[in-house]
Amino acid sequence: MPPKTTALKILDVFAVLLLGTAAYLALVFAPTEAVMGDVQRVFYFHVATAWVGMLGFMAATIAGLLYLITKNMKWDNISMCSVEISLVFFFITIVLGSIWARPIWNTWWTWDPRLTTAAITELIYVAYFMLRQATEDPERRARNAAVYTLLFGPSVPITFLAIRMYRTIHPVVVGAGQGESLPLTADMKTAFFFALFAFTVIFVDLFLNRIRLGRLQEKVEQLRMNTMA
Amino acid sequence: MSLNSAAPAPITDAGVVTGHGVRTRQGGSFFSALLAVVQKDLAAEFRSRELLSAMLVFALLVILIFNFALELDVTARRAVTAGVLWTTFAFAGTLGLNRSMAVEKDRGCLDGLLLAPVDRAAIYFGKAISNLAFMLLLEVIVLPVYSVLYNINLFRGGLLLVILLGSIGYAAVGTLLAAMTVQTRTREILLPILLFPIAVPVLIAAVKASGAYLSAAPWVDILPWLNLLVGYDVVFVAVAYMTFDYVVEE
Repeated sequence: MPPKTTALKILDVFAVLLLGTAAYLALVFAPTEAVMGDVQRVFYFHVATAWVGMLGFMAATIAGLLYLITKNMKWDNISMCSVEISLVFFFITIVLGSIWARPIWNTWWTWDPRLTTAAITELIYVAYFMLRQATEDPERRARNAAVYTLLFGPSVPITFLAIRMYRTIHPVVVGAGQGESLPLTADMKTAFFFALFAFTVIFVDLFLNRIRLGRLQEKVEQLRMNTMA
Repeated sequence: MSLNSAAPAPITDAGVVTGHGVRTRQGGSFFSALLAVVQKDLAAEFRSRELLSAMLVFALLVILIFNFALELDVTARRAVTAGVLWTTFAFAGTLGLNRSMAVEKDRGCLDGLLLAPVDRAAIYFGKAISNLAFMLLLEVIVLPVYSVLYNINLFRGGLLLVILLGSIGYAAVGTLLAAMTVQTRTREILLPILLFPIAVPVLIAAVKASGAYLSAAPWVDILPWLNLLVGYDVVFVAVAYMTFDYVVEE
């Protein structure tokens, strides 16, 4: 296994710098929101991490499909890495959202479509890893995992749709209609789009590092098998 | 019952319908293979009655527990009947799905089925249809019992349609996932964990549509849920049909 490439090392540093800058823009540069106050600053990272979670979600399904078509273990590795990153970032999104919701909605949690879908997605991810752990044979594990990504790929959007219908027929809840069109000033938009950009780069960086780690794991497994044989 | 016509076919303990296997090989028809799988599942079940009786007793126990857990008095009943019914069907359904695949695996029948020179999709649809049949049988028994116990008429055309559509989606995904989990280390424990989050849309739509029928809601309120159920069924039967091969592949 060759050592980490220079390009990846540069990307690592770049990602850290971007994260720092995004934090500065969100916490200092952007003006304080008139109604919500400082807690609104959570929003910049909240949306950006949700965006990364979505990227990982889509990448997982596409890589799962590609695995079933090509039977190349590379795609299994990529699919798993995507789910892993998406799991972590959706979790951060939920935590940040709760921090914001506590003062604004006066509750940590509400059964709004987005929140519920995020929670179900997290549970699906946990189920995905339990499925992987319960399967010993690497090829069968890859196949099962890929089929499961193909199941949750369409299921999560349908779930979102179903919950949204549920809530529109029975209008409830704090925060209904909230978040559709947030009025943002120019500086806020700068901070917002920079955070989106920064987290996209962080996603790519984590993704590449994780794939490299996955390959190393495979190599270790192979070496161990060789020495035992 | 069509069982009588299949009576001459020797059904071994392993559950392989030898006569049909031969015919399938000659005819090579998709549907005769599918029917053979359904027939052997139903025949085995009607002789042992293991699965259905377990599902049924379990379902009644769940309803009993709900009675205490939710204090099902007259007003509460009206609001939660649809939810109680679907929770019961989902739990009892998981029991059936697990068992129907475990039987295949334990006696080595799954390998036998897979070795048969038929389209694997026929095996999938055969298993899915027999699982669906078990679920529907269970539901047909639970509905009158619930009607009597809680003095509410559940035999309405619309409700039966919702139950059919919901069960199709549930059995379609459940059969695929059961074929997957039966080959893993944790088996029975894993199926509900994998199945429930994927089946959430079915359960939401089925509960809402059933509730709407029970409260005699106008058609405009019911239609979107029926659309959702049909859409889910179509999408997931298609996905399961396309991926079943990968799940059972050795």
